[in-house]
Amino acid sequence: MYQTIYHRASSVDEAVSLFAKSTEAKFLAGGQTLLPVMKQRLASPSDVIDLGKIKELQGVELLGDVLTIKAGTTYFDIMQNADVKKAIPAIAYLTSMLGDPAVRYRGTIGGSIANNDPAADYPAALLALGATVKTNKRSIAAEDFFQGLFTTALEDGEIITAVSFPVPAKAGYEKMRHPASRFALTAVFVAQTKSGEIRVAATGASESGVMRVPAIEAALKANWSPSAIDSVSISASNLLADIHGTAEYRANLIKVMAQRAVAAAG
Amino acid sequence: MSTVKLTVNGKAVAVDVEDRTLLVQLLREHLNLTGTHVGCDTSQCGACVVHVDGKAVKSCTMLAGQADGASVTTIEGIAKGDELHPMQAAFRDNHGLQCGYCTPGMIMSAIDIVHRHGGELDETTVRHELEGNICRCTGYHNIVKAVLDAAGRMKVSQAAE
Repeated sequence: MYQTIYHRASSVDEAVSLFAKSTEAKFLAGGQTLLPVMKQRLASPSDVIDLGKIKELQGVELLGDVLTIKAGTTYFDIMQNADVKKAIPAIAYLTSMLGDPAVRYRGTIGGSIANNDPAADYPAALLALGATVKTNKRSIAAEDFFQGLFTTALEDGEIITAVSFPVPAKAGYEKMRHPASRFALTAVFVAQTKSGEIRVAATGASESGVMRVPAIEAALKANWSPSAIDSVSISASNLLADIHGTAEYRANLIKVMAQRAVAAAG
Repeated sequence: MSTVKLTVNGKAVAVDVEDRTLLVQLLREHLNLTGTHVGCDTSQCGACVVHVDGKAVKSCTMLAGQADGASVTTIEGIAKGDELHPMQAAFRDNHGLQCGYCTPGMIMSAIDIVHRHGGELDETTVRHELEGNICRCTGYHNIVKAVLDAAGRMKVSQAAE
């Protein structure tokens, strides 16, 4: 790792002002991606600004039909949280399959979505549930937030403070895990909103990161059941292909994971 | 350089380190606590697992500065004098190691698993929970046996306290 200067911020305002004073700073949430990337010397921030001890970024709130998870809440705290389990159990389930126990103690939802890894889990949940990303400056719809591989709508020095999820009527998530990294080889989040809208998002599949799957949404709109997806055809063009799986394999995985997610959602 | 103040195995320490120092480097290179190992250095293998404020985390994926003010327990801090921690004893009795490289991390993760699950541990749970710890010798079979054995012993020793 190259030299860097470590700062611990005690408030979002302090973090923003530390960022403004640095030449090329990065915010450090749980550090489960940023630190490995710094060790590989793929990132060399002049300063790292630790958000881990900021109290206003911690916690979960369930108010009516909106579940809000503060950005600094760790995966472990999310999967254990009673409100998460009650309101959107699919999020608790997704989180329990993310990384490994040691990673889940440190990693945060804000860190995960700010990084927007094309195979990360939370982006699929945010997109399928129509979540809103809250920052220190504004609110951003999930549709607009995720902008391709490792790219988001965040501006320099902007900090995610929370994610708000409308509580759905039904939701389910299933993933084919990479056996070593636990990342999604392909995973699908399906949701039926309380107003009857069907939203389906796939991660780990597309060359442009998390994406909606309109063909499966249409099939589920007509008939909310795993078998409704049997006849759907998913194109392999623009899907990821690597040593772990071809684009055709991932196209098929989108269908199979969507079927399992619908079955899990009930 | 910064001074990092933390408690390690019950002892308060203050260490001057470069800001880029990882917690595992502080433990091994500054405090000479070399029981905590570095296996992969990419957050995969779990050889570096220590407890930070009671939670089993990968000390190669945490800056020393992030641990400022924390209480850290390493493999050196779990035995009571000559008496092995029940998890250590169970690893020995069940031949839960061959080369021993992964063992410190395995034991620190396993203690955390037992703390979280208590008496409800079964083989499937242990195998699932050990996903973040890689052993290249044993095939995990005796490690899993050791963790289940220790879960029973830890329950007994807690009840006795």
